[in-house]
Parts: sequence; C-alpha cells; structure tokens
Amino acid sequence: MRIGDAKQTYLADEAIWTSNTQKIWFALLLAALLAFPFMASSYLLYLGCLVGIAVISATGLNILTGYTGLISLGQAGFMGVGAYTVAWLSNNTALPFPVTLLAAGLLAAAVGILVGLPSLRVKGLYLAIATLAASVFLHFIFAEWEPVTGGMEGQSLQPAHLLGLEFRSDFAMYFIILPLAVLALLAAKNLFRTRVGRAFIAIRDRDISAEILGIPLLKYKLMSFALSSFYAGVAGGLFAYFYRVVTPESFPLSMSIFYLAAVIVGGMGNLLGGILGAAFMTLVPEALKLLTAVMTPIWPNAPVFMSPMLEIIFGALIVGFLIFEPHGLAEIWRRIRRFFHLWPFRS
Amino acid sequence: MSILEISQLSLSFGGVHALQDVSFQVPRDTITTVIGPNGAGKTSLFNCISGFYKPQEGEIRYQGQPLKGVKPPKRAAMGLARTFQNIALFRGMTVLDNIKLGAHVHMKTGLLSSLAYFGRARREEMEIREEVERRIIDFLEIDHIRRHPVASLPYGLQKRVELARALAMRPKVLMLDEPVAGMNREEKEDMARFILDIREEWDITVLMVEHDMGMVMDISDHIAVLNFGQVIAEGEPEDVQQNPEVIKAYLGNSDIDSLRKRLNPDREAA
Repeated sequence: MRIGDAKQTYLADEAIWTSNTQKIWFALLLAALLAFPFMASSYLLYLGCLVGIAVISATGLNILTGYTGLISLGQAGFMGVGAYTVAWLSNNTALPFPVTLLAAGLLAAAVGILVGLPSLRVKGLYLAIATLAASVFLHFIFAEWEPVTGGMEGQSLQPAHLLGLEFRSDFAMYFIILPLAVLALLAAKNLFRTRVGRAFIAIRDRDISAEILGIPLLKYKLMSFALSSFYAGVAGGLFAYFYRVVTPESFPLSMSIFYLAAVIVGGMGNLLGGILGAAFMTLVPEALKLLTAVMTPIWPNAPVFMSPMLEIIFGALIVGFLIFEPHGLAEIWRRIRRFFHLWPFRS
Repeated sequence: MSILEISQLSLSFGGVHALQDVSFQVPRDTITTVIGPNGAGKTSLFNCISGFYKPQEGEIRYQGQPLKGVKPPKRAAMGLARTFQNIALFRGMTVLDNIKLGAHVHMKTGLLSSLAYFGRARREEMEIREEVERRIIDFLEIDHIRRHPVASLPYGLQKRVELARALAMRPKVLMLDEPVAGMNREEKEDMARFILDIREEWDITVLMVEHDMGMVMDISDHIAVLNFGQVIAEGEPEDVQQNPEVIKAYLGNSDIDSLRKRLNPDREAA
C-alpha cells in the first residue's frame, strides 16, 4: 500500500524518486549491481557487460523511436561510427577513455544529424528506408576507407585507460559500462521531465499541432537524432573497448533490427522498456542455449534438435510478447507495481 | 482598434476556392465569432491565421504587423494560440505535461540543461509548474485530473484541457475551433463562463468558430458570417440574426413561413 507521499513543494513532487520506498529499492538495486562482478562467473560477467552496452544503445533508440516517433534503422551504423572513432583514437593518440568516448558520441551525433535531415519530409516506413540507406552507406565507408578504418579486416585497439589504469578484463570494463549506463538513463529521465523531452513526445503524438504550439519541428527532430546517435556512439565506443577489435561486420544491419526489436518488445516511450528490452534480447538466446545444455543429460539428442530451433523459439517469443503484451515488458512491471500499491486492501 | 485584420484573403486548393476575398476585423478585447454552414471555410481561415495554410492572396495583420512569411512556431511565440476542432492533445502525456507544453515558447531550457536537470532547467520547470497550477489548473477547475493521461478523460474535460494548454501559451489572441461541439448543456455553460472570464480577466481577445447559435448569440461581441468561402455579413449579434443573407445561408430560403409550410403540410392543414 502506498501512503504518506504528500508533497509540500513542486520540486519534491517532480522528483524522480518521490517516496522513501522507491529510494531504498533503488539503492538496493545499485548495491546489487555493484556487487554483481564480485560474485558472478566470468560468463555472467561477460553477459552483464553486453547487457549494459545494449541498454545504453537501446535507450538512445528509445529516445528517437519510442519518444519522438521517428523509426530508425541506422542505430548499428551510429554505433559503428562511435566504435571506429574510439579505435582510431586509441591507436593514434594517448587519450584516456572519457575523452575518446565523448569524441565517439559527438561524431556519431554529427552523423546522426546528417542522417536525420530527411526526417522533416518523410516519416514512418519511409524514414526507416532513408536511415537504412544511411546505414548501408556507413557500412561501405567502414569497409573501404582503409587508411582510417583498416578495411574489411578492421583493426584491433589498445585497452581503455585512465590515469595510468588499464581496463583490460571484463571485470574492469564492467566498472566503466555500469556507471555510464546509469548516467545515460538518469539523463534520459531528466530529459522527459523538462521542456525538450515534452517537445519530443508532442512531435510523436501530433506533429502538426506541436508546430502550431510553437515547436520548430526540424530543430527538435534533429536534436532527437543527435541525442539518440550520441548514445549509440558511446555504446559503440564501449563495444570497441570491450572486444578490442572492430570490423565492418561488427555492426551489421541485423544489429539495427535487434535494437528496434529491443525497444518494441521492452516498451516504446518507456525508459524501463529500453532496459528490459535490451536485457531480453541479449539474454534470451543465451538462456535458450543454457536450457539445451541442461537438457542434454536427460535427452542426449537435445543439441541436435535444439540448435536449429533456437532462432525459431526466440522469434516465437518476440511474436508472443507483441501479441499478448503490446505495450511491452514494461507494462508487466507496471501491473506488478499497481498490485502492490493497493495491496493488501485490494488485489 | 483591431488586433487582427484580415484583408482580401483568398485560399484555394486546385479548383476548390476555400476562401475568396475574405476581409474582416477582430476588435481588441472582444469575443469575435465566425459562423457559417459546414464547409464555409471557417477552419481554413483559422489554419491561415495559424500559418498552417499559406493563402494565395491577401494579408493578415496582427497588431499592425503583416504575418506573411512568419512560421507557425514564431506566430505562437507572438501570442497567437489556438485549440482544434477535433481535439489535438498529446495522448501519451498527462494533463499537466500537456498544459506545460503550451508554455514551450516562453521557456529557454536547452538540451544539455534538460539532461542534467540543473540550473535553468530546474528553475524554469518550477516556475512553469507554479504558473500552470496557480493561474490555469485552478481557474479551469481541473486539479483533480492533473496526473491523468489525457486519453482516459471524457470528451468535455479533454476540451477543457486543450483550452488550458492554449492559455499556457500566454496568448494575446485565443482562437477556439468549436469549443463546445459535442458537449452537454452543463459543460457548454461551463465553457461559456470560462470564455467570458478569459476575455474579462486575462485581457485576451477571443476569436471563435462555433455552431451552437445559442451560445454564439449570448457571448459574442462581434460576428462574421462565412458562406462558400466568402464573408456574407459582419456585425453585432442582433444585426447578424436579422440579416436576410444569413437566414438564407442557413435555411436555404429567405421566406421562413413558406419553408415551414413545406416542412409541415399536415399541421398547417389542421
């Protein structure tokens, strides 16, 4: 039962965490996330890092597609721009990772603005195709601009470093990825309780009346593209540091679709949706593999039957969620919360 | 002194003449209403004033300044606010956020400040919240629904929220496109009271399109009648009511008695 959260000031009323219960739960979650690498196996730690990177990129795409209503198939391309920026800077300069990641974000944002230019004229599927063209074009640059990108073979890079510390292991990378993911989510949360975020949502819901209410469409659409690709660029940079090798095949078109699916399955226009979607899309295929391994002792032929089935089961799960939970995984969480808000007086 | 002067405005889509040589004035601090049968060009006129349509000929002057070439967002910042015929609220936002959005042009917070929610962003958000709460939510009696998503509200309340959002734009001219369409009698009376109060207390000129003749005649100071894209009459409610052109436009025949006879031959015979 939720009680005692009456507020005296508007500032307290518009805070992110409006009750002590929420603050305590969030602190516990944060503590658990910090303790995770000390207890997890190396495999789980590896997955944790991947989820963290995916959360940043999915949140970026959620800002663009979920909140501003602009469908983009360019997310993998923007991540590639970030990854190649970090790779080049780490091989040609001695800059520490905060600088290289910032540069990755900014360059990706600049590319994002260029790619977003058609969005004033086209929207919906047409915009998806326009961004698809951009991602093909970026892929071409990654593959052909050999002096900078290393061509088809790509390039390996130096580990991330800061103040003499080197971040080689997954364990060390986790402590870069986690704070950045938290920061990315906090910034997005702030955005959507202020003027700029409201303008994004207004453009998604009714672009014509948004314009008549005083929102210049092109400016805000490009701002959304820039921010979304900034997130993608940082995520791509982390990806490069994490794998320490970047090739054009690191960022295929299917990755853009992966992120679009993450946002849709998780819940469009909902920050929690981006998190849940990214985790779902990253972990479910792994969980299915794990399931196969568990079944093998009982059913020796499991790998033979299951390995071709994995993709099909994964696809069926996505379709199932779309049909039974069209508002995404975040909606399930919202229902659970509502239950406990009224519990035990009503259930 | 007129706050809005429309002169010789013509708008056509291909061969369809939505507006032809439309001229009329909106005197400052009045409630001016545009009436006319369906398809007369009332909403097209609003769209020209908002800057959504670009008229081929004529001009619109706002506070003496021609509006030609001024983009819609700029017009909003200059003090031209409006509501829409078929409610254009942002369905994914709460009532409070919808109203705050109206104040967009009066805020300056940029992207970086927004992301950090620090300094200007926080200060401006608090200022706007206070203004919205004190002046608008209280005035329109919608404090009980401020946290509701707009999509869940009944029609009459949605119209009221749309009015609230327009007021948050701090307008000098408030354009209302059918503010009481589809409302029941009580909701209509509330809305009429709000519109009168807005003119009296807020120092706002109201330009309205409405079909409900009872309300139009009751609260308007000035009426312009459009038919087939042309102004056929203009003046005070009493004058317009008596104008034979207007009666003809609405009833199709200036001879009301003969019309009545044709509609009710049996009763006449009895």
